[in-house]
Amino acid sequence: MTKWLEENTPKLVLAPSFVAVLIFVYGFIAWTAWVSLTRSRLLPKYEIDSFIQYDRLFASPRWDTAFSNLFVFGFLFIVIAMILGLILAILLDQNIRTEGAIRTIYLYPMALSMIVTGTAWKWILNPGLGLEATVRGWGFENFTFDWLVNPDMAIYTIVIAAIWQSSGFVMALFLAGLRSVDQEIIKAAQVDGIPTWRVYTAIIIPSMAPIFLSAFIVLSHLAIKSFDLVIALTGGGPGYATDLPATYMYAMAFSRGDIGQAASSAMIMMLVVFTIVVPYLYSELRSKND
Amino acid sequence: MTDMSYTTSTSGKGVGKIALRWGLYIMLGLFALFYLMPLFVMLTTSLKSLEEIRTGDLISLPREVTLDAWRTAWSGACTGIQCEGVRPYFWNSVLIAIPAVMISTLIGALNGYVVAQWRFKGANLFFALMLFGCFIPFQVVLLPMARMLGLMGLAGTIPGLIFVHVIYGLGFTTLFFRNYYVSIPAELTKAAKVDGAGFFRVFWSIFLPLSLPIIVVTVIWQFTQIWNDFLFGVSFSQAGTQPVTVALNNIVNSTTGVKAYNVDMAAAIIAALPTLLVYVVAGKYFVRGLTAGSVKG
Repeated sequence: MTKWLEENTPKLVLAPSFVAVLIFVYGFIAWTAWVSLTRSRLLPKYEIDSFIQYDRLFASPRWDTAFSNLFVFGFLFIVIAMILGLILAILLDQNIRTEGAIRTIYLYPMALSMIVTGTAWKWILNPGLGLEATVRGWGFENFTFDWLVNPDMAIYTIVIAAIWQSSGFVMALFLAGLRSVDQEIIKAAQVDGIPTWRVYTAIIIPSMAPIFLSAFIVLSHLAIKSFDLVIALTGGGPGYATDLPATYMYAMAFSRGDIGQAASSAMIMMLVVFTIVVPYLYSELRSKND
Repeated sequence: MTDMSYTTSTSGKGVGKIALRWGLYIMLGLFALFYLMPLFVMLTTSLKSLEEIRTGDLISLPREVTLDAWRTAWSGACTGIQCEGVRPYFWNSVLIAIPAVMISTLIGALNGYVVAQWRFKGANLFFALMLFGCFIPFQVVLLPMARMLGLMGLAGTIPGLIFVHVIYGLGFTTLFFRNYYVSIPAELTKAAKVDGAGFFRVFWSIFLPLSLPIIVVTVIWQFTQIWNDFLFGVSFSQAGTQPVTVALNNIVNSTTGVKAYNVDMAAAIIAALPTLLVYVVAGKYFVRGLTAGSVKG
């Protein structure tokens, strides 16, 4: 008995987590997938009934807005945060004496809750007393910056706040990448008289391809999960102009009492995450085993 | 160091080089202003009276510093019908975060130790399953979890939230420890086993003493995640058990009475203070967690 126990301790230690993951991750995904194929409304039903929830989902104008917002927001957020992060990293890589302090300043928003970020930007961007009023007070009477309450522009305020929060993190990733480039090659290029900007565009940046990929994965993951920021900054409004799939799912699940819609929208979110993350994880795990 | 200024600082006596250097610092400074501006605005707004907010502008310093907004935010602001400020919710967050961080870190350490050092058939599969679990959008587990918490009698309770945070934190904590322990030579474990040390003995006297850096990284990561969480907090809490992020959102969006921006800002800073403090004190480990948690597969 004790011998058996001794031999199997590692397995026994792992067992609770294994069971927990099976139930609370994979079992729950299966539950959601199952319910997304039923006519569930306020209460879950378990008779499978084709793809009716998905038909409803894609016929819903609100989902339509939420889903296309995800791509508008995601695209701008990822591209701008990457460019900004790269620029900041390169600027900081020039033997800056106060690098530590500047890096701390650029990165601190990442420590904040998105609710805090949303609250701060909501105040800054509110037209009545915020930035707009301030600039008008300086004498620019016609200055308007009403994106927060403008249904066509409100989604961009979310882009701004999200970039503010995450670009410092991208900078940190890129800075670590810049520092890991082989210094001999760079020295050799400098000896050959190749201008600095060429060293960056031709040698350093191309060698950082894996870091671009990581940054892309992290940022797209953040974009799809963005929920708190929208809730705090715009509440999904005006109307539902800034809804994202995450807020749509939440509204269906907890305020509209439409479990079928909540489940099917959650499944679509997972599909989007998996089309991005699975190939990445797969290649990562494979390259580790080789 | 990608010593780019090698050329600029040694041979660069020309005016152009100096101007370039100045331009660089000015740009870095402008970006610093961009990142600091919201914090600055929050802080100054929280120290102004409502009167001054209505008449002054966003970035002016307060003419008269008052802590009224801070007092109200801490113990008087209304989150819906309750008007007790963020204080009770702040303590809820503490009560949720501390046990959840400790439990998930401990289990993660043991898991990582098994996966990295006691390989057996299926251990890698376990790790892969956990890893995928890190990436799922939590929306996909919200509905069944709400029902499960109800079945377990934990719906709307602080233990319920601790449970949820432990479960969905395990993926990352296991990942952190596994990646750390994998670099410790397996011979160490083998030699200890030959000497008759068992599973826990090896963990306790060999691995744990080596683990301080990764424990710090994991604790900081988990604390930041759990403290800043909103989705689980808003989905699985009820009136008295909400974490501070949910209370903050309720204060800001409470529709009763005059909009008190100074109170909103003070409440936001209070909610942000613990994680900001951690960041300032242990920024190095915070960054390490961020990069490890996101880059490593």
